[in-house]
Amino acid sequence: MAVRSESPREIPRPPVSERIGPLAWLKHNLFSTWYNTLLTFLVLWLLWVTLVPFVEWAVVNATLAGTSKADCPADGACWALVRVRFHQYLFGLYPVEERWRVLLAFALLVAGMVPLFLPRMPRRILYAIVLILVYPPVAYLLFAGGRFGLVPVETANWGGLFLTLVIAGVGITTSLPLGILLALGRRSSMPVVRALSVAFIELVRGVPLVTILFMASVMLPLFLPPGVTIDKLLRALVGVSLFSSAYMAEVVRGGLQAIPKGQYEAAMALGLSYWQMMRLVILPQALRLVIPGIVNTFIGLFKDTSLVTIIGLYDLLGMAKLITTDPAWLGRAAESYLFAAFGFWIFCFGMSRYSMYVERVLAAGRERD
Amino acid sequence: MAQDGADRMIVMRDVHKWFGEFHVLRGITLEVARGQKVVVCGPSGSGKSTMIRCINGLEDYQRGEIVVDGIPLDGDVKHLDAIRREVGMVFQQFNLFPHLTVMENLILAPMHVKHMPRREAEELAMFFLERVRIPEQAHKYPGQLSGGQQQRVAIARALCMRPKIMLFDEPTSALDPEMVKEVLDVMIELAEEGMTMVVVTHEMGFARQVADFICFMDQGEIVEMAPPAEFFSRPRSERTRLFLSQILH
Ligand SMILES: Nc1ncnc2c1ncn2[C@@H]1O[C@H](COP(=O)(O)OP(=O)(O)O)[C@@H](O)[C@H]1O
Ligand SMILES: [Mg+2]
Repeated sequence: MAVRSESPREIPRPPVSERIGPLAWLKHNLFSTWYNTLLTFLVLWLLWVTLVPFVEWAVVNATLAGTSKADCPADGACWALVRVRFHQYLFGLYPVEERWRVLLAFALLVAGMVPLFLPRMPRRILYAIVLILVYPPVAYLLFAGGRFGLVPVETANWGGLFLTLVIAGVGITTSLPLGILLALGRRSSMPVVRALSVAFIELVRGVPLVTILFMASVMLPLFLPPGVTIDKLLRALVGVSLFSSAYMAEVVRGGLQAIPKGQYEAAMALGLSYWQMMRLVILPQALRLVIPGIVNTFIGLFKDTSLVTIIGLYDLLGMAKLITTDPAWLGRAAESYLFAAFGFWIFCFGMSRYSMYVERVLAAGRERD
Repeated sequence: MAQDGADRMIVMRDVHKWFGEFHVLRGITLEVARGQKVVVCGPSGSGKSTMIRCINGLEDYQRGEIVVDGIPLDGDVKHLDAIRREVGMVFQQFNLFPHLTVMENLILAPMHVKHMPRREAEELAMFFLERVRIPEQAHKYPGQLSGGQQQRVAIARALCMRPKIMLFDEPTSALDPEMVKEVLDVMIELAEEGMTMVVVTHEMGFARQVADFICFMDQGEIVEMAPPAEFFSRPRSERTRLFLSQILH
């Protein structure tokens, strides 16, 4: 017989709100049975032996002041490192006096995106497409310079969070449209289109991103005529975008498969063309269904950008690593990596919360059935 | 049935279709003149849906010939587009677009297929919503309507394209009994206005009232075709008699 802690004939309990005080809550949730009690103590003990030393190290004994490792406590974190090098975490080796250009470009992006979030914005999609077409050249001009009196800055000097955002931003804005096209291709009735889409998706998904990045940086130059070089960053961008579009394609395909055949038939019977049917009827429904999967892919892509370190680009993680090799801060790797991790986490968590918000808004927008 | 050549809206001549090995349509020949109403009935799986879906190219066919309002359905994409503009279709499962409001469902095709300005498309939509007696639901989503209301919206959506022919594939089969009448009433009105209609249904009362002739299908063939009076009182084929005895009790 299973152990029953409560008699089934108990008198009806008062409503939850009246019953639950802090003590009652503790008793109910943490100490209701002997094994629950044991588990509670075990978890408390684990927290005690891990969290307490961590907080001591990261907060209590830590210092923010100082200019080299000599000023750091032996038993505490040396956040001075992060303070002193903060701008490098953000911009990498981008020239100090030109950094306003990066900030200006990001400010432009934020300003440009505001209309997308206004509740009653007409032609939102059209605006988004124009933004996607117009913004990158403007941003590239600001970042790379070389024209209109702007000092040229080589992409090799782009770095830190700035570079991470550039790669992730390009990856995100290209992988969704590309992924949609690949997903449609995979379900196309044209054999050639279908075969090409399947081949691309399966080939790219079957290889680790690192391999693609290596191939792009080592093998591609072998095939190019001598003297022709493709910028290292551009190769990384292409690699990351193609890689995530293969994953995106599969996420979108999942959504497409969930749309009943009747939706296609009704659209065709009304005389809509293939692209009208997809754009107006099928994709709006399919994409809505897979928002969590899309954001999941975005988050994966954002974190995967850190792999560009391997081909010698200094993104946020690459910068964190480079800083640890500075003799002035030798032995302070933990602080540097923790800070980089925190940077990644902030953005990924933000994306995750935003997607939850979008889902809620869409659900509230029309209570169906 | 139709005498005047120019007035033949639908012509099917010896149409055959296979699903793989399965011979689903075995030589369908049918002519529908302008303004005629044809009711198609027959046991489940006899090919009624497949036949009606051939008329607007939702299914292709392998042999024979289909001509709709003088346009041959011959694999030419331009012909297919032209035919779909003239033929409206109503499905058993309504197939409204759930992410769009009733109004948006109605104006979608007029705006994107016929390039009608929004204002004009909305006026047209309101006109047909009033015809199907649900103008007050224009800004709701399909999921918020009853089955009968959804099917009436689906009829209005098809009518917004101003079709010359309307196809109905068991439009009342997915409805609760109390909603069947509201949909049939709309269809009867449409029939009285002279719309050319092909209706797959087992509503024999409707067939009696509006059909110019009734087609009985079995195993991919049209077994019997006759005006309602004759069809019900003097069915020629044994299979028709058996079918009628099953659905008329
Ligand atoms: N897409 C399809 N592939 C294969 N068989 C099909 C398909 N659609 C229908 N069928 C078969 O064709 C026959 C006729 O179907 P249908 O036209 O839907 O019949 P009805 O509408 O008279 O019930 C059925 O046996 C059905 O199983
Ligand atoms: Mg059917």
